[in-house]
Amino acid sequence: MTQPKNFAFGDDEKMLRDTARKFLEDSLPTDKLHQLVAGNPDLYRDPESLWDEDLWQKIIELGWTTVIVPEDDGGMGMSLVALAALIEESGRVGLPSPFMVTANSSLVLRECKTAPASRLLGEIAEGKAVTLATTTKNGSWLAADCDVELSDGMLNGTAWFVQDARKVDSFIVKAKNSSGIALYEVDFDAENMEIIPDAIIDLTRDQAHIKFNNVQVSDEQLLAAAGQGCAALDRAEPGILTLVSADICGAAEWQLQTTVEYTKVREQFDHQLGYFQAVKHPLVNLMIMIDHAKSLTYNAACAYDTEPENAAKFARMAKARASDAAAFASNRSIQFHGGIGFTWECFVHLYTKRQKHNQILYGDASYQRAKLADLLMGPVAA
Amino acid sequence: MSEDRKKDTPEQAEFRAYCKDWLASHVQEAPPVRLPQSAIEIMHTPQMDYLRKWQGEAYAAGLIGCDYPVAEGGGGRTGCQLIANQEMQAANKPFLPNILGLGMAAPTIHIHGKQGIREKLLPRLFSCEDVWCQGFSEPGAGSDLANVQTFAEKKGDKWVINGHKVWTSLAHFADWMILLLRTDKTDKYDGLSYFVVPIKSELGKSVEVRPLIKITGETGFNEVFFDNLEVSEDYLLEDLGKGWQVAQTTLLHERGAGPFVTPSSGGATSGGSGAKEGLHVGGAHSLINLAKSSARNGRTAADDPVIRDKIMEMIIRQEGSKQGARRGRVEGLCDHPMRIPLQSKLVMSEIRQDAGALAMEIEGAASSLYINDDNAPAGGEWPLAYMNSYGVTIAAGTSEIQRNILGERVLGMAKSK
Ligand SMILES: Cc1cc2nc3c(=O)[nH]c(=O)nc-3n(C[C@H](O)[C@H](O)[C@H](O)COP(=O)(O)OP(=O)(O)OC[C@H]3O[C@@H](n4cnc5c(N)ncnc54)[C@H](O)[C@@H]3O)c2cc1C
Repeated sequence: MTQPKNFAFGDDEKMLRDTARKFLEDSLPTDKLHQLVAGNPDLYRDPESLWDEDLWQKIIELGWTTVIVPEDDGGMGMSLVALAALIEESGRVGLPSPFMVTANSSLVLRECKTAPASRLLGEIAEGKAVTLATTTKNGSWLAADCDVELSDGMLNGTAWFVQDARKVDSFIVKAKNSSGIALYEVDFDAENMEIIPDAIIDLTRDQAHIKFNNVQVSDEQLLAAAGQGCAALDRAEPGILTLVSADICGAAEWQLQTTVEYTKVREQFDHQLGYFQAVKHPLVNLMIMIDHAKSLTYNAACAYDTEPENAAKFARMAKARASDAAAFASNRSIQFHGGIGFTWECFVHLYTKRQKHNQILYGDASYQRAKLADLLMGPVAA
Repeated sequence: MSEDRKKDTPEQAEFRAYCKDWLASHVQEAPPVRLPQSAIEIMHTPQMDYLRKWQGEAYAAGLIGCDYPVAEGGGGRTGCQLIANQEMQAANKPFLPNILGLGMAAPTIHIHGKQGIREKLLPRLFSCEDVWCQGFSEPGAGSDLANVQTFAEKKGDKWVINGHKVWTSLAHFADWMILLLRTDKTDKYDGLSYFVVPIKSELGKSVEVRPLIKITGETGFNEVFFDNLEVSEDYLLEDLGKGWQVAQTTLLHERGAGPFVTPSSGGATSGGSGAKEGLHVGGAHSLINLAKSSARNGRTAADDPVIRDKIMEMIIRQEGSKQGARRGRVEGLCDHPMRIPLQSKLVMSEIRQDAGALAMEIEGAASSLYINDDNAPAGGEWPLAYMNSYGVTIAAGTSEIQRNILGERVLGMAKSK
């Protein structure tokens, strides 16, 4: 299959994106974000989940959660490119919300092709927030690795690194038995389940591990039967990597532009900081990295819909380059703000922390490159 | 490439089919001698003759100058040079030798040349009957190009030129030169004017060309001395004192950011070794095959996880730049129109340099063997490619100058000295 030249980013996608950009800039300027999530710098504060639920309701009304839900399930059935553009905008404002996790969940659900999955997609289109509980304690992103056991209709074990766990209505829980991996929907307030918040660096998100202690599950909750879950997760993975990369691109552009602005207003040695090439040239390098990351991200998004045979390859490229761009953006944005950049009061740390989190999610740059090498070069000889 | 084909205009689609047909039936003889890695390293007449013949045939078939007006020897088409390039590259054709003519002189002459001059010069440029060179740099004017001192003085109805150009690629073959010089010593920028001048016919008279030897041992660039070269005013582009503005057209095209797509047939050369393909055809992907066939530190390079990581990084950068060129054409996905076009020269040249360095790392101990050693892997082309890559990060505005331009024109940061 071939991709359209314009990444399938046409007038509809542009209008959706432009409206989103305006809406987010108006709703969540950075000072407001700082007030919202960084009110308490206490090193030993309890884990928090700080977000604007009203803003989320408005986002639901704008229809963002319906974008990639198939039309048959009550959604708009648009391309991943359209969604990636929205995620990029939400990354740009550092939006705390269950938007990305719900989008990632939708990607998985679209691959399940079961009645409960279809039902849940419809609920997502109507505003239900969902996240994936699919990661292990040792941080494996592989579909087949699982710390939750399924037997006699009960879940036991722990799911780790569950993103935005306290902002959602339900979880997609990965569980295994002798037939393989299954996926279940489990409600936020299910019995015998404990959501234990993690104290994390990123102030714009929350994270938890979830303990299952004989949590009962039924067939209505069965999104993918044992043995079917891995394939669904694997097929969704390139889409998920693409969306995280899109968030990174948006946030990195904020880091770049904010730092560039600072080099125009701050003067030392009788010159604006941008006059000095030790400041200027690394910011140009950052711009180039962001542009690579963004181009690769849109290519990956377009490939996900139109060129599935290359989706994994292009998604790994995007996430690798985006993760490196995130690291460099964070590094230079703090450094080039000088002393003020090292304070809690300066906004750059919000993005540094979100980016650090983004870099890790679903595998960092070196992980992606190792996986890409396996795809392109074959595995290392034993 | 496939995505480019998807939405050809009807004209492009028809032209693409024509190119494919012609290329399929075109017989490419094997070169009589080893060809260099790119046009600016053409050293000998047998190399030039072979490549000149190829360019002439491609022009006669209509694959060169496609988007220029018919009256100027072009094809009178729209958006078709890109198509011809894609098809010539896919057909693995040799590179085009008249690179400074096609890439820089042609768009500059077309946009700024007088009527009559355009029609006279461009057809012979496209066909490679005339080879062109670019006389910009001087000993005292490199990055600070506007500091050129070569001087033209009006005597009667002629302009008389004196001065010293340096690093002039292909001057040893050139019939013509695009020449940036000074007609007024009191104003740095507005004192510059832009001429096209015949040089071959003046060799041994008012023009002297002395070859310079590169770090690789190759020749290809030269010093050029003017001693009372007389030219007609017809050869002045635009008005007197507009040289700097005209030069911007040349520089924009030299950096791949101008409105005219430079004809390019890819770059398969004599050996077809990894280095040459790596730089032109398969790109960084050819490093995979190199790693599979190379041993370093006693084991297969392709099994070394650090090497694998570095190869992937190269491939990702190259794909990033390819997708960037694609995104640069989608207005809705670019916040600043020049942001991507102005990156292309910087990014491509540094990828090329880093790919060369990585290839040598992959080859391990054997990368010490040069082009003149029978045991050299890939014919010793990779060490040569690595060294030649500095030509690309220095010429056409150094990487440092490119970063200044991007920081100032795109990001709007304060101007550096
Ligand atoms: C292979 C090759 C082919 C060439 N072919 C041609 C040709 O056909 N025609 C032609 O006219 N010229 C040609 N050139 C010349 C080329 O354009 C110049 O070499 C180039 O512009 C740099 O000028 P320079 O050599 O004087 O270096 P300089 O300008 O002296 O630069 C030396 C170093 O200082 C750095 N530097 C200079 N100014 C600044 C600044 N403001 N900020 C930061 N760093 C700075 C440079 O980046 C470089 O690293 C060619 C060069 C090469 C290598």
